[in-house]
Amino acid sequence: MNELWFALILFVSSLGAGLLGALSGLGGGVVIVPLLTVVFHVDIHYAIGASLVSVIATSSGAAAAYVREGFSNIRVGMFLEIATTLGALVGAWLTTRVPTKSIGIVFGLVLLYSAWASLRKMQEQMTGNPDAMAVRLRLAGELPVGDGVLPYVAQRVPLGFGLMWLAGALSGLLGIGSGAVKVLAMDQAMRLPFKVSTTTSNFMIGVTAAASAGIYWRSGYLAPSLVFPVMLGVLAGSLIGSKLLVRAQVRTLKVVFSLVIVALGIEMIVNNLAGK
Amino acid sequence: MSWNDKRIETVVGVMLRTGVMLAAAIVLTGGVLYLFQNHGPRPDYRQFHGEPHRLMDVGSIAHGVVTGDARSIIMLGLLVLIATPVARVVMCVVGFLFERDKLYVMVSTVVLAILVYSLFFHR
Repeated sequence: MNELWFALILFVSSLGAGLLGALSGLGGGVVIVPLLTVVFHVDIHYAIGASLVSVIATSSGAAAAYVREGFSNIRVGMFLEIATTLGALVGAWLTTRVPTKSIGIVFGLVLLYSAWASLRKMQEQMTGNPDAMAVRLRLAGELPVGDGVLPYVAQRVPLGFGLMWLAGALSGLLGIGSGAVKVLAMDQAMRLPFKVSTTTSNFMIGVTAAASAGIYWRSGYLAPSLVFPVMLGVLAGSLIGSKLLVRAQVRTLKVVFSLVIVALGIEMIVNNLAGK
Repeated sequence: MSWNDKRIETVVGVMLRTGVMLAAAIVLTGGVLYLFQNHGPRPDYRQFHGEPHRLMDVGSIAHGVVTGDARSIIMLGLLVLIATPVARVVMCVVGFLFERDKLYVMVSTVVLAILVYSLFFHR
């Protein structure tokens, strides 16, 4: 296979990953690494480099659309980015230290968790009861509903902050957006409304990823000839996906995509345990 | 129109999109040029050996761009992409300054400091 064909195949597969990621809400990054390592036999360091760059592109590319909806909370996002960027530094540093195998195994486990989290039926648990720390940090807002607004205040701030640190560390270690863990921290731990959690999470993904991208760059994980078809493909796929979103059968798609993710997760865990 | 959170977010949203499109255009240019210059067999990414040092600092990348090196042009696009969320945080610092919200000027400055540290000082 020559350079041109390799780039074309990478572009088309990444476009598919970006499309499915956007349609299912799971994000494209989560399948790029298994795609590159399992299917194309790329070393995991190059794979997480290409994936992280694509994550920054899709997160920033979608931001304008999310702002228009008016659900994201800039203060909640900024405050929690302290946690995610600190976590990302640790995660990215770990990639230069821990054996490749353990990165693969952790990756497989995160894939399984993401698939489970995306299929779980969520229950809105928001509350307007003041939480002393959240009030002091102004981690509150109003959710537009119909023609009125519903006030909300964050709960259990330290727990949310801790989980966000973990989300950042996983993002830096695995080159993914960790959207699933970020949403867990915001809507399960901090009891923020779903729409606020998902849109704010998208904003945070780019900043979190930028913190590890610098370290990846200086550690030589960004291979230009591998990154360009992947990044352009994922970006194009996710932009097309967000336009199609309204018409697609999201539930069926989510189930199908989750099964793919479970299969890839098991493959990664087994491969790395077997030491292949 | 006075500064409020909504306005900061709108400006930031437009800026992020512009940054990504600019980065994608540069990466695409470098990628097409790369495919014109390289016809060999597919590169081997099976073993990690790191990228050459000339692609790991801004000065050498700038030099490569001027001399038409495709890999350097792609790297320039990637640096623009990485800079986009950093610019977003800078914009938030400025926005909160206009809002006179000291607490959040401080919070966003801390995030900015972490990003600058990771990009320039972390080894």
